[in-house]
Amino acid sequence: MSATGIAVAMLQVVLTIAAAPLLVGMMRLVRARLEGRVGAPIRQPWRDLRKLLRKERMVSANTGWVFSIAPLVLLASAALVAGIVPFLSTRSALDQVGDLFAVVYLLLLGTVFLSLAGLDAGTAFGGMGASREMTIAAIAEPTVLVAIFALSVSTGSSNLGAIVAATLAHPSTAASPESLLAFAALAVVTIAETGRIPVDNPATHLELTMIHEAMILEYSGPDLAMVELAAHLRLVVFLGLLANLFVPWGIATTVQPLHLAAAAAAVAIKLVALAATIAAIEVFIAKVRLFRVPELLAASFVLAFLAVTASFFLA
Amino acid sequence: MTGSANPDRVEWTMDTAAFDLRDRFMHLTSSGYRLALVAAHHDLPDGDHPEASIRVVYVMVAGPPDTRIELHVRLPIDDPVLPSLAEVSFPAGRFEREIQDLFGVRVVGHHQPARLVLHQHWPIGWYPMRHDAGPPPAFDNETESYPFLTVDGPGVYEIPVGPIHAGIIEPGHFRFSVVGETILNMKARLWFVHKGIERLFQDRHPADGVELAERISGDSAVGHNLAFCLAVEDAAACTPPAEAQVIRALLLEFERLYNHVTDLGAMGNDVGFGIAHAHTMRIREQLLRLNARITGHRLLRGSIVPGGARAHWLPDPATLCEIGDDVHQVVDIMMANATVVDRFTGTAVLANADAAQIGTLGYVARASGLHVDARREHAFANVYENLTVATLTDGDVMARFNIRVAEIDSSIQLVTELLQRTSPGEYRSHFDALDGPRHGVGLVEGWRGTIAHRLEISAAGTLSRVKVVDPSFFNWPALPVALAGDTIVPDFPLANKSFNLSYAGNDL
Repeated sequence: MSATGIAVAMLQVVLTIAAAPLLVGMMRLVRARLEGRVGAPIRQPWRDLRKLLRKERMVSANTGWVFSIAPLVLLASAALVAGIVPFLSTRSALDQVGDLFAVVYLLLLGTVFLSLAGLDAGTAFGGMGASREMTIAAIAEPTVLVAIFALSVSTGSSNLGAIVAATLAHPSTAASPESLLAFAALAVVTIAETGRIPVDNPATHLELTMIHEAMILEYSGPDLAMVELAAHLRLVVFLGLLANLFVPWGIATTVQPLHLAAAAAAVAIKLVALAATIAAIEVFIAKVRLFRVPELLAASFVLAFLAVTASFFLA
Repeated sequence: MTGSANPDRVEWTMDTAAFDLRDRFMHLTSSGYRLALVAAHHDLPDGDHPEASIRVVYVMVAGPPDTRIELHVRLPIDDPVLPSLAEVSFPAGRFEREIQDLFGVRVVGHHQPARLVLHQHWPIGWYPMRHDAGPPPAFDNETESYPFLTVDGPGVYEIPVGPIHAGIIEPGHFRFSVVGETILNMKARLWFVHKGIERLFQDRHPADGVELAERISGDSAVGHNLAFCLAVEDAAACTPPAEAQVIRALLLEFERLYNHVTDLGAMGNDVGFGIAHAHTMRIREQLLRLNARITGHRLLRGSIVPGGARAHWLPDPATLCEIGDDVHQVVDIMMANATVVDRFTGTAVLANADAAQIGTLGYVARASGLHVDARREHAFANVYENLTVATLTDGDVMARFNIRVAEIDSSIQLVTELLQRTSPGEYRSHFDALDGPRHGVGLVEGWRGTIAHRLEISAAGTLSRVKVVDPSFFNWPALPVALAGDTIVPDFPLANKSFNLSYAGNDL
């Protein structure tokens, strides 16, 4: 583990944290403009975080330690994943742990802690949100695993850096059936895991329809800022995975500063393009009835399963 | 038969003994009459009645032709006992509970005699609508807990929502009994914004009631004010000029238009289809600006007074047609979206029989196949000859969406026709200072449904009692009925929005 490698990982975490709220702000702006509204400026999510950080920390007397540490676990796990996933370079310092299983379970760790925190306060909304989140996670997480597994079959490794490097070395695999199927599956799961329409509506004020927002209703001030920032980070991580696993071009295979700068620019362009596309699609779709969400996710699981099957038979 | 502003109108007043009430009431309901309003009055001794008493007035209506029959029941003040009609009429039972809370009338034979208007922390024995009520007393400790129905069983849990909500909406508390995500039972607890507005009317000059009437429910300024003015004119036997009646009908439709347009987009917003909301808000803004030019107020306040109405300006019919086309474009975009259609269809079905039994009004009733519209049954002037009243039978969110679309169309058609029958200006009939005692009833099809006002004018010419009924009072109990069965919790906001009931108009 070289010093530069650690520096690269740190740089990646810092850049992701800096960029994540901006990306969310950009998505909101795209949506607003397409709907004919003026919309808030791109830096609004950062302003919101700053506002929340200045506020007093209010904690319900009925909560326990889970409620207090959940925002930290959520943010820390999201930040760690932001350091692991190959955004800038395939030769990250955390390459040894840059395993797809590690990434999936780190993200799940945050989800579980947030759900527990939702239950902790003992309010109906928290429990309702936690129950819905678990229902979705139970179907979404296996899909992520199976989809990335389909990619690792051809590479022979579950290391994300290795998968990306292999796609770089053999560009034709990016358009292979298993890759396209896995992309479709992962795209659906990304929508579900990041609480976007048609699964969840991040802009809603209707308590009874919420999933992610229902779990965090009890949070305020700096705790809420952490939860929000973690949610932004998770969005970037999922979109970044989607972008670099399937369209890895631009990523650095070294740790030279110039290459890293170019890689940062490349991944930024990919993220913006992907995020803008999702925001634009969201304008034209509505939120499905809660009981249809499992159907949607089951379909994405089938796609992921087909991707694995294809990677064995067509390899 | 009393003096009437409208020669075609039939009005009857019958003094009824308490024991006779049920038979007369049932006779009227079986002849096609609907209970529009029940008002209680605390009468002080006068020439005819040497003892103070509680007088309960049941207003029964039918139409066309516009017919109103009043049943008057007089109860002794020492022991006012009213036989309940709850068994034969659901809305009557609700009015009785209101009277029980506010006037201290003992309702016997009611299957659910719990408090309705006054929350449990108000001390028992304080009846705010009696003349001798005095200032509000200090709050008691909760004297009886609210009778929420508790549902037991494996996996059943409760979700309490409100009265403070995450969004900016009026206060109401909803208690859901849920298994998984399916709603088994929902109880709405309202009257958090009970302001005693009926009492505020008392002792005002009729002309000064306008400002209050316009503020009963902010989105129904025209509807409530017009009902109030019609009641005053009914009492005064005053007929406003024909042009004024046309302007009133126009303002009523402008109010219907901006509210219905808003609801269409709001229902889209509740299924995460924000673009519909953004565009209906744009159209709403156009309509509000028209309102501002017509009346000087975006919510159409200040134009209708007892005896007349005025309009500073009237729009070109072409403008309205453009707005109608614009609305249809948004509706087409919504209906082209399979998810929106899926979310709306079959959600929160209110069966026709339930809608009828509860006594629902307005678009809620018409979406469940009930043919009720006060513009047809109780036309306040000859302005509704060519009105088409649409009804749908499905009773789901989709029906309540589509009925609004149909009403926007018929409203624009009506406006186009009426614009040719008047011109901007102020039209007023001579309005005498009133000498009482007199009473009058006003019935108006507001955008939510039939609004009813009944008022009495004292010998001094001031308002001695105003009873206000917003259609929300009739429609609120229908919401839990529509939800029970197979509606899931995340569909509640959509179902609620499709009813879009007023809290302020209900709580008064």
